[in-house]
Amino acid sequence: MNQPTEAFLTGQSASNAAPNAVTSPTAAGRPLPHESARLHVAGEAHYIDDLPELAGTLHCALGLSPVAHGRLLGIDVAALKAESGIAAVITAADIPGTNDCGAIVHDDPILAQGTVHYLGQPVFAVLSADRETARRVAARAASFLQIEPLPAVLTPEAAHAAGSYVVPPMRLQRGNAADAVAQAPHRTSRTLKLGGQEQFYLEGQISYAIPREGRGMHVHCSTQHPSEMQHVVAHALGVHAHDVLIECRRMGGGFGGKESQSAVFACVAAVAARRLGRPVKLRLDRDDDFLITGRRHCFVHEWTVGHDDEGRVLGAQVEMVSRAGFSADLSAPVMARALCHFDNAYWLPHVDVQGFCARTNTQSNTAFRGFGGPQGAFAIEYILDDIARALGRDALDVRLANLYGTTQHNTTPYGQVVEDNVLHPLIDQLVSESAYRARREAATAFNQNSPVLKKGLALTPLKFGISFNVVHLNQAGALVHVYTDGSILVNHGGTEMGQGLNTKVAQMVAHTLGVKPERVRVTATDTSKVVNTSATAASTGSDLNGKAAADAAQQIRTRLAQHLSERHGLPADAVRFADDQVHVGELALAFEDVVMGAYMARVQLWSDGFYATPKLHWNRETMTGRPFYYFAYGAAVSEVLVDTLTGEWKLLQADVLHDVGQSINPALDIGQVEGAFIQGMGWLTSEELYWHPQSGKLMTHAPSTYKIPTASDLPEAFNVKLFANRNVEDSIHRSKAVGEPPLLLPLSVFFAIRDAVSAVGSHRVSPPLRAPATPEAILDAVDAVKAAL
Amino acid sequence: MNDLSPRPIRFVHQGQIRDVSGLPPTTTVLQWLREHAHCTGTKEGCAEGDCGACTVVVAETDPATGELKRRTVNSCIQFLPTLDGKALLTVEDVSRSAGPDRLHPCQEAMVTCHGSQCGFCTPGFVMSLWHSYETHAEPLPRPALADALSGNLCRCTGYRPILDAGEQMYQAPRVTMDMTPVRALLSDLHRTGAASLVYEGPNAACPGAVQRFHAPRTLSELAALRAARPEARLLAGCTDVGLWVTKQFRDLGEVIYLGRVDELQQISYSTSPSGAPCLDIGAGVTLEEAWSTLSEAMPALREVWLRFASPPVRHAGTLGGNVANGSPIGDSSPILLALDASVVLRHGHTTRELPLHAFYLDYMKNAMQPGEFLQSIRVLLPNAAGERLRAYKIAKRRDSDISAVCAGLWLALDGDTITAARLGWGGMAATARRAVATEAALIGQPWTEATLRRAQAALRQDFQPLSDLRATADYRLRVATNLLERFWLETRPDAPLPAAQAQVWPATC
Repeated sequence: MNQPTEAFLTGQSASNAAPNAVTSPTAAGRPLPHESARLHVAGEAHYIDDLPELAGTLHCALGLSPVAHGRLLGIDVAALKAESGIAAVITAADIPGTNDCGAIVHDDPILAQGTVHYLGQPVFAVLSADRETARRVAARAASFLQIEPLPAVLTPEAAHAAGSYVVPPMRLQRGNAADAVAQAPHRTSRTLKLGGQEQFYLEGQISYAIPREGRGMHVHCSTQHPSEMQHVVAHALGVHAHDVLIECRRMGGGFGGKESQSAVFACVAAVAARRLGRPVKLRLDRDDDFLITGRRHCFVHEWTVGHDDEGRVLGAQVEMVSRAGFSADLSAPVMARALCHFDNAYWLPHVDVQGFCARTNTQSNTAFRGFGGPQGAFAIEYILDDIARALGRDALDVRLANLYGTTQHNTTPYGQVVEDNVLHPLIDQLVSESAYRARREAATAFNQNSPVLKKGLALTPLKFGISFNVVHLNQAGALVHVYTDGSILVNHGGTEMGQGLNTKVAQMVAHTLGVKPERVRVTATDTSKVVNTSATAASTGSDLNGKAAADAAQQIRTRLAQHLSERHGLPADAVRFADDQVHVGELALAFEDVVMGAYMARVQLWSDGFYATPKLHWNRETMTGRPFYYFAYGAAVSEVLVDTLTGEWKLLQADVLHDVGQSINPALDIGQVEGAFIQGMGWLTSEELYWHPQSGKLMTHAPSTYKIPTASDLPEAFNVKLFANRNVEDSIHRSKAVGEPPLLLPLSVFFAIRDAVSAVGSHRVSPPLRAPATPEAILDAVDAVKAAL
Repeated sequence: MNDLSPRPIRFVHQGQIRDVSGLPPTTTVLQWLREHAHCTGTKEGCAEGDCGACTVVVAETDPATGELKRRTVNSCIQFLPTLDGKALLTVEDVSRSAGPDRLHPCQEAMVTCHGSQCGFCTPGFVMSLWHSYETHAEPLPRPALADALSGNLCRCTGYRPILDAGEQMYQAPRVTMDMTPVRALLSDLHRTGAASLVYEGPNAACPGAVQRFHAPRTLSELAALRAARPEARLLAGCTDVGLWVTKQFRDLGEVIYLGRVDELQQISYSTSPSGAPCLDIGAGVTLEEAWSTLSEAMPALREVWLRFASPPVRHAGTLGGNVANGSPIGDSSPILLALDASVVLRHGHTTRELPLHAFYLDYMKNAMQPGEFLQSIRVLLPNAAGERLRAYKIAKRRDSDISAVCAGLWLALDGDTITAARLGWGGMAATARRAVATEAALIGQPWTEATLRRAQAALRQDFQPLSDLRATADYRLRVATNLLERFWLETRPDAPLPAAQAQVWPATC
């Protein structure tokens, strides 16, 4: 089930073969397993905690602030040191360099100094030869700390009311929204709460720092952003970037949670390792991981929207308030992306969207797959849902009435033209293949005869912009080494967190050199190899690093072709690389023979490669420009069954059609689409974050209390397909990024639930359903609908 | 037993008998694997038995049948001494079972179905799949497979490819792990050390102190030990007490482990003084065995069984532990209250029987006296035509979630009239408790909508629940009254609704 149509893929990749490159079958476009799959299943894939420990390794645990806000008057270091088994204590005073690991704004202390800003903030570190001993002492942090409590701001609403933000407010405007709303035939407004989400990478945060000679420091770090870790560690140690090496073979999941937030652990481990001259491992317990690190921002949306009789939005005035937490972290770019995705798939002539990153005494929120995009798009989908109910129309028809056009009504509020809008054919295909209209009628008939259980159905589309909103981040490098036995080693700046980046990069290198993918191995990410890298984030991993690696491979191929053409006296274009061989005219040579020959002829068999995404520009002040190289599209239909007595629900069926351009690896892409769907469904339904209303302690701090989906939450029918397409831009293999966009697909689940609740009132009342739609939230909405009838 | 001298923990691992000493008794199986045996295939994801990355299989000889029983458990919360006399199987063993440089069909299927992405949860899934493969000759239907995997969290794949792998692993030629060497080593262990275990090691919670761990083998031995050491901590399945150590760093003091007493692991049928059929469930019977037996006798309990924690937790945790622990949100007690269960408490040679509703005194307080322990649970089986029984669980997630509210609801009807009622509730008060006023509002009344509404009003008098991270007080009360309505809809004399029309997770009735 759910396998893409292979004929389409092989056909596409063959027809798209670069001239002079390869003929089918090529390494690109094949549904190869993940490069580490065999290691994963055997338990032989090494994560950082699996690396053999060096002699003398000390284990580190963090002492956390027991209060949400307070003046740090003292740390009883002597008492901590006196604890049995404690080898050392590290506080802010021990940091030789700068006590900061902030990603953009420098407001993120490594260890608290002067003030504690949230319950869970690391204040000190203890070290022991035994991890459990360190944890046991650290767990009693409160008894070693002297803190004078200060009033804490625990909700984004309270911070917004106080005008307290981590970065200045932002505003994205087009036209005159106020006038458009005022003059519209109909108006709708609402305040809506949308919850945050914990990344819940299965491998918790971990860093293992090993002091090297001189000022050197080698840190094995589970991170999406080795270069940033290199910089923050260098600053913390007061050394140069060239003194610090960050290495990451793989992460056990990242999802954005290891982009900036791996920094504090890398820094503490490195500082301790420098102080003690011994290797230091800092592996977090799950609860501490939840209490220390931030996650997806929860949002409070408030809007007034004007629309016409067809449901077309004429003007929208929106205020978005996010829970930024105590520091800026990545809250500003997250909000920028939320504002830029408020349009989702729709033409909005007059828009005024404001974004406020509210400063709260809670964990500093950060990147999470989608990076604000899902939160922004959620608002417009909710608005269209409200409009549909106000007009008594099917929400799908209102969505269709608002879709971006292809030749007109195709400019986003920030001024980028939507150049390759495939939403119309994509949705048409999905509506037809999912039998949406017939199932709508069936659901209506079912609901008439079902007093307790109600069915709901929704189709939501998505358009997601691909590129970092910050232009200079859109660059990448790679190294490709060809050894004399014909094996190939690749290193690039991206990181492997399960998404299959290394597999895709290896496929593109193999594709470029016309060899079988088994020849290619990708090594650990290492800041001493490819430098000044960007985070593996914003879905750009394959786009950037795949291009850079292909560039390096292309240079080697060109040199080999040049060498062969000289040797055989044929023009370079008579040399073809295909089928794991090199064809020179009529001659077919084994790749390894060609390589050995080239080596003997002193041809350089390794190369660097570089890529910078073209066409991008962005004005942060006016919030206009072309922040995205291209857009990815998709749509999903979800059908749910809701129990109106309890609020329990079940996903009956989901049909997905998603655009990945021309896929490099359809199996991995399907995996990303399905994984994002279920993960996003968790965000909108069962995954609820609960901070204690008085203490500010995050009470949902482990899988016992924070509920991500399980296998039973998968719908009985889950039909996931890739849309037949290729990127109009010259992306790697004409593919499209796939990490984040499909996280918007399960908006259809939320709106199907809302549709089912709405059936309680025969769709005359718009249910005030908040997210996550827990059984309690659903029952609240059911009761509100009943009360309004 | 007091004269037993301490000895090492002895268990089978990778074809050898391991003798372990010098480690704290609260060392977890996972810590031993990763930090001492350097077997790093098994991962730590949460250290509380909720994610399954640490799933291993424990094999032991069934004393009744002599067969080798294999169960998945969460190694992150199992203390190492609980392995004494057993065999530990991990992902490394599964890999080896297919031969050199080959993968087991469950692993191969995970590769070809693209069932791993980041790979960190994968060894745990492999163990659950392998256990399913070894215990079922045919592929499980997908919903049953999903239930079998409900203790394994994956954040990457969305599970579809893993369920596919669970089907596809049967397509390859069958590879059965040769358990002969394990059996031989286990019988060696039993010959040389079948006796009770007393293990001593450093107390991790109390530097410098020694902690003692007893694992008696017989009921009388246990009773004498318990009477002599009333302050010792009783340990059954480790599924809660394990977290006291891994998360709360509590000092357990001296530990008496019940898991090696064969007599506590038996289920027998008997007759009550009133002539009703009864089930006697030993306090050491696992949740999985207890609930499967209960559900077989009373199909209405099946859905709560499947939703109760996860297979690895149910394989380790015991019904006795769940009852004696007395958590207000444990799922056994509300149902057992509805079944009018009683507990058999033992002190030395004497036993006494107490109705379950009299056992719970207050939050985490029960009627057990010093030196007493829970020996068994006696459950009356419904046997009259007019009886109606339902069990409902409300949580944020279907599987492996702690209840916001759990209810066991039982009525006896004579025609349309309610002659007796027992409504057990969890999540509504400081203990699991019966709704006394609601029961009174029902008894003697016809089972009509008017009676339902009066019962719902009474329920609001019975309970003043709390608000917490799982639900608000308001929701708990509303959903509880609505569950009464669901109960009425499903059991009313006039046109009862089938469960499939009243629930999204319909129980078999």
